[in-house]
Amino acid sequence: MSKALIDLIKKNFASAVLETHALYGDETAVVEASAWKEVARFLRDNATASMDMLTDLTVVDFPEREPRFEIVAHFHSLTKGHRLRVKTRTGDSEGDDAEVDSLTDLWASANWLEREAFDMFGVVFRGHPDLRRILMYPEFEGHPLRKDYPADKIQPLIAYRDVPNIEKVAPFSVDEGMSFGRQTHSRSRHDTDDSQVN
Amino acid sequence: MEPLDQELDEAELEMPTEPMLLNVGPAHPAMHGTVRCVMELSGEIIEHVDVQVGYLHRGFEKMCERGTWSQVFPYVDRCNYVSPMLNNVGFALACEKMLGVTVPERCQWYRMILGELARMSDHLTCDGAMAMELGAFTPFLWMIKAREMIWDLMEEETGARLTHSFGRVGGMASPPTEHLKENARAVVKHILSVIDECEKLLLGNRIFLDRLEGVGVISQADAISLGWTGPCLRATGIPYDVRKSSPYLKYGEVDFDVPVGSASDCFDRFMVRLAEMRQSARIVEQCCERMADSGPVNVSDPRIILPPKEEVYSTIEGTIQHFKIVMEGLKLPAGEVYSYSEGGNGELGFYLVSDGSGTPYRVRIRPPCFLITAGLERVITGAMMADVVPSFGSLNMIGGECDR
Repeated sequence: MSKALIDLIKKNFASAVLETHALYGDETAVVEASAWKEVARFLRDNATASMDMLTDLTVVDFPEREPRFEIVAHFHSLTKGHRLRVKTRTGDSEGDDAEVDSLTDLWASANWLEREAFDMFGVVFRGHPDLRRILMYPEFEGHPLRKDYPADKIQPLIAYRDVPNIEKVAPFSVDEGMSFGRQTHSRSRHDTDDSQVN
Repeated sequence: MEPLDQELDEAELEMPTEPMLLNVGPAHPAMHGTVRCVMELSGEIIEHVDVQVGYLHRGFEKMCERGTWSQVFPYVDRCNYVSPMLNNVGFALACEKMLGVTVPERCQWYRMILGELARMSDHLTCDGAMAMELGAFTPFLWMIKAREMIWDLMEEETGARLTHSFGRVGGMASPPTEHLKENARAVVKHILSVIDECEKLLLGNRIFLDRLEGVGVISQADAISLGWTGPCLRATGIPYDVRKSSPYLKYGEVDFDVPVGSASDCFDRFMVRLAEMRQSARIVEQCCERMADSGPVNVSDPRIILPPKEEVYSTIEGTIQHFKIVMEGLKLPAGEVYSYSEGGNGELGFYLVSDGSGTPYRVRIRPPCFLITAGLERVITGAMMADVVPSFGSLNMIGGECDR
């Protein structure tokens, strides 16, 4: 069923489709960032596809790739009962220029999903009516789900207290966030053998 | 005597019409603790509202990238903490889809029994809290007491009342106890009687009905566009249930109905949840009948499942197998997968990206609550301030799942 959808996209957006695959039964099409919104609009309005629901929209960060971010949308048609995953890629290796068109005027669910993607990865959705942080607080710096954001970094909203005669008052210091045993991906990829991992 | 306002123009005598900005939450009894609504009120009518979430954000998706695949289970437990078993099973199913394994039949029935009981506890909490917020405290206490029985059963089965961490990739942490069926039947029987009693108590109550009927209405088209799933979508009349539309586990083999509403107001959402508990009871009964009393629960693949403890301590193979799974983690093949199941609030999805190492590359939890809460703005704009309480209650926003 979804195989036909892939063919349909290929037929209508021949130049924009970068690759397609069907891993574990999930049909996927990767499209050019410039065609992102047009493909989405086509999937919604086309009678065969009729994707009336944008189930999920998220981002995966691949710091060693260029373009760096992969924007992943899961579409679902309630009337036809089929699903399709559409992805696009954007952003340079520094994470800048990560921009893609917003889908907010096609599906209302895109509003919060894109806000979350912006908050967590710093991907900018052009044309979004209200692009501000949603899960993190406005004063937060950086984008926590990027691979190069250290997981044990803390950004307290209230300054460290300096209390005389008391050894320690939490939060203690920037380095004293929670730390877990296993390495993060960014460390294992970016740090070569000779560099020090602190 | 001269009038006091002789210096004023006619226009200035009118009542001031500036909208009032009212901040409700995040610590407000009607907001369940973790949502903030900044409302612009004109009289008692809400003209604009800004719904702000994120107060319970704990960075689970980031934490998941630091452990093994099995270490994700405690995190998903803490997403929807009213029905953690459904999250456990949902995540296990996603990993199993990637590994290409299916758990033995006995385990599938077992997961369904525990899952449906968890769904009942979810709905009991939501309907009970809704009644309480409208002043009916007795049904709340009765329902919470019934929920406590479910949690006692869960404790008997898993060892923990609330955060079980009981799911495993390729099975469950331990096989069902001897008295599972007996206990499950007793709990379900009690819950059904509690639902009947609460129904009689509430549905004959004029105040309760007036507060719910015709309040918090959303159109079908809006609900679909907002990505609503679960009881909130079904209350609009769309019979979409993952258990029916794409059956997983043994849901294709059991007999149950998908209750739908028609007016898509708060009352329908309340009634859909009540009706779903009765359907869950039917499913639990059928599972109890069909689950075998003995047989394997976990898959037999030694790369996935930890060996029995006696083998770990007495054989070299067992020790190595245990060591590799614990230290390196379960290895999921490189690739990506989206797996979905019916959670307490709707379609609970897991989008997993693996790079082939033992550590997850990306775990995206698609929380049904997040998208339902996104629709709150549309539901309460134009409504009265007092309607926020039943509307918000009927959406069953679970902070842990919404904010992760």
